[in-house]
Amino acid sequence: MDALDLARWQFGVTTVYHFLFVPLTIGLGVYVAGLQTAWLRTGKEHYLRLTKFFGKLFLINFAMGVVTGIVQEFQFGMNWSEYSTFVGDVFGAPLALEALLAFFLESTFLGLWIFGWDRLPKRLHLACLWAAVIGSNLSAFFILAANAWMKHPVGYEVVDGRARMTDLWAVLTNPTALAQVPHVVAASFIVAGGFVIAVAGYRILRERGLALRPRRDGDAAGAAAGDAATPARRLPGMWRASLRAALVMTAIAGVVVAGSGDMSARLLREQQPMKLAAAEGLRHDTAHAPFTIAPGVEVPGLLSLLAAHDPAATVQGVDDIQARYEKTFGPADYTPDLPVVYLSFRVMIGFGMATAGLSVLGLWLTRRPRKRRGGAARPVPAWFARLCVLALPLPTIAIIAGWLLSEIGRQPWTVQGELMTAASVSPGVSLGEVATTLAIFTVLYGVLAVAEGVLLVRHVKAGPELPPDMSTPPSAAPAQPGEARLTPTLMY
Amino acid sequence: MTTFWFIVIAFLWTGYFVLEGFDFGVGALLPLLSRSEADRRQVLGTIGPVWDGNEVWLITAVGAMFAAFPAWYSGLLSTFYLPLFLVIAGLIVRGVGLEWRGKVGSRREVALCDAGIVTGSVLPAFLWGAIFGDMTCGTTLATVLGGALSLGVAVLHGAVFVALKTTGAVRARARRAALLAAVGVVPAAAATLPSLPGRGPQWTLGTALLAAAALAAGAALMWRRREGWAFTATATAIAAATATVFGVLYAAPLPGLTLAEAASAPYTLTILTWIGLIALPGVIAYQAWTYWVFRKRLTAGVS
Ligand code: HDD
Ligand code: HEM
Ligand code: HEM
Repeated sequence: MDALDLARWQFGVTTVYHFLFVPLTIGLGVYVAGLQTAWLRTGKEHYLRLTKFFGKLFLINFAMGVVTGIVQEFQFGMNWSEYSTFVGDVFGAPLALEALLAFFLESTFLGLWIFGWDRLPKRLHLACLWAAVIGSNLSAFFILAANAWMKHPVGYEVVDGRARMTDLWAVLTNPTALAQVPHVVAASFIVAGGFVIAVAGYRILRERGLALRPRRDGDAAGAAAGDAATPARRLPGMWRASLRAALVMTAIAGVVVAGSGDMSARLLREQQPMKLAAAEGLRHDTAHAPFTIAPGVEVPGLLSLLAAHDPAATVQGVDDIQARYEKTFGPADYTPDLPVVYLSFRVMIGFGMATAGLSVLGLWLTRRPRKRRGGAARPVPAWFARLCVLALPLPTIAIIAGWLLSEIGRQPWTVQGELMTAASVSPGVSLGEVATTLAIFTVLYGVLAVAEGVLLVRHVKAGPELPPDMSTPPSAAPAQPGEARLTPTLMY
Repeated sequence: MTTFWFIVIAFLWTGYFVLEGFDFGVGALLPLLSRSEADRRQVLGTIGPVWDGNEVWLITAVGAMFAAFPAWYSGLLSTFYLPLFLVIAGLIVRGVGLEWRGKVGSRREVALCDAGIVTGSVLPAFLWGAIFGDMTCGTTLATVLGGALSLGVAVLHGAVFVALKTTGAVRARARRAALLAAVGVVPAAAATLPSLPGRGPQWTLGTALLAAAALAAGAALMWRRREGWAFTATATAIAAATATVFGVLYAAPLPGLTLAEAASAPYTLTILTWIGLIALPGVIAYQAWTYWVFRKRLTAGVS
């Protein structure tokens, strides 16, 4: 263990952690803004209640995204000073633009949204939320452009051992970024959609008095218990509407994620062949390269098809690339951690697409009956509502796995072909210092993760606040109407 | 071009210290200004809608340093490794405390959030002064004094802000807190700030004196209950002090490093300039609008 190893662990831990919250912010923000828009357009009360309900969950999560993001901004300089000095000219620009063009927008207008419920005209208030949401998504664009540059550096030249930007436009329209942005944003919508699906599924069960796990003596037994006792909280069709909107969002995102993932795979073949080879554990350059779906189940030509849209195409293998890199860059180990990359690739695709599949199934199950037959809306089957709960963990695991594929698959390079990870670390920072901060971050993050989990679960269990109309908080409300009140429904 | 970007970065840090300065002060004073939960909400309500936007000034300042002076960014951050880590840890617990406070259940949990807010305000307010004190003078004494002074100024600035934004008992307590803080801060500032310019260009003596004078003026105006003007004065003081510090840093932002060495290539700086010139006025405009929307004084709520 040296400072480098710990710095890598620190980066991995803090970044993965940041990225637990970010996708939810990106996707759920749009969902909540959509709900509020629907409320303004239709005037239906259940949209307002859902807006407030998911808005609160959004804010609990948003807080974590913000505070963990600050760590990201600082740690390039703290732990990776050689890297920062080398790339700052190019890499710093999107980061500065992100803060200037995206974070300001996001934080300022979100503050206005939270505290502006009774201070701003309704339309303006909604516009504030949209501005914040646009900020979140813009921020994803800039940071991903920076990240894509590390995988496929463009628009620069190296002068005196430092990268210099020669073309900002090339950096921002890096083909790698243009594939990565829709991929990550769509994946974030799957995560957020999955979150809503799981919450709605749970609420449907709860309000019918059903348990999360099927009972042996049949569901009817439980139906008397639970929220059935407080019918005032129920609005018919509320969770169904919420669920269906999320199902649509997730299904569409599933298509985008697959399309852009396919694009990424093709770019990998040209730009980061080692990552692609590692993702399949392919040892030697192979035509008709297969893809292993499960141990022993190989589909011949599938990897070639994915990477080149041609089942006969040649995909380079790990050992052969290693040999070629040694010739170009000198002797070193250019092979990333194969099992991790291999497994991540499968978990990403498997778990993520399973969620998308679940959403398509749900849409079909709850499809509108034909007008002619005049039937009532199809109820959400209890078994499906139970299945919905899986939509929370699956895509989250998938999206993290995708990042492990992407970042660990890039090793040993921080900047592909230009700068190795070992040469990136801060020379002046000692093992003890990194160990201290890593330990404290891990503990602090662990505690906060538990707290966030508890808070979310508690609010989901409590459900939306009760009427009377929440758009006008009681006059007794203190300085921060709508937000800082201790909501009676939450105290138990 | 490097000088221009140095000024831009100094401007961003100034914005950060002026704005987050009162956030820190409000957070640090939370237990002292309130007797009840309603008071605490009133106090925190003054910064509720704005603190996150204020914090982005820091993120932008650091991001701009990264882009414009990579070697300065990486040298500074890796040199002040542990203090900056503590700043970040403070900002984390403060942010989470502020956001979650209204969403937790029991009194104990609210108290925990408050503890996070207080710690996360005091710690960074002290450490920023310490870090910049060390950067400009490099002595332990300067580090400690810098920290104490920045914490004191933040408390004063925050107290003035609360007095400006509230009514009733909280307002009265904030006024008293401001006057008390001024008793310590004004002499300390008058004694220490003018010694900084010894290391920098001539004009920094002017800004240092202006900072000390503005603090004194702020205290006097508080005494006369001119809260708006007092706030202008403390804000001016922070801006002038920040200008002094950056004036001193201009020659050598870090020991053995010149700005020219640290700077990015002209292409990057030019492009950033254009984008900054277009975007920054917009940011300032909509942030100003936020303060306008929430301009009303907060009255004590019933809970
Ligand atoms: C719900 C999440 C999710 C789902 C369902 C998928 N992905 Fe993905 N994938 C990600 C979440 C993700 C990610 C976490 O967002 C990554 C990490 C870095 C990035 O750009 O996106 C990623 C990276 C990533 C990369 C590496 C890009 C690089 O390092 O340059 C490839 C080749 C793919 N994906 C391909 C696919 C394919 C072919 C998919 C399905 C058909 C797929 N992904 C579904
Ligand atoms: C878009 C912004 C990102 C940038 C600029 C970025 C950049 C970096 C850098 C500089 C390192 C350290 C040097 C190295 O080990 O190569 C790294 C490693 C790593 N990153 Fe990323 N990263 C980004 C996003 C992410 C995300 C979102 C995740 C996960 C959720 C992630 C996971 C990791 C992991 C696990 C490592 C450690 C790899 C190792 O050292 O073996 N990264 N990345
Ligand atoms: C490793 C590099 C990264 C850095 C330096 C970074 C920096 C930051 C910072 C400073 C914040 C707080 C902003 C605020 O106060 O409002 C933040 C939040 C955010 N980041 Fe990251 N981030 C990184 C990785 C990522 C990635 C990979 C994504 C998305 C693809 C992302 C998307 C976001 C979003 C959407 C937010 C705002 C929402 C929220 O705060 O939850 N970040 N990030």
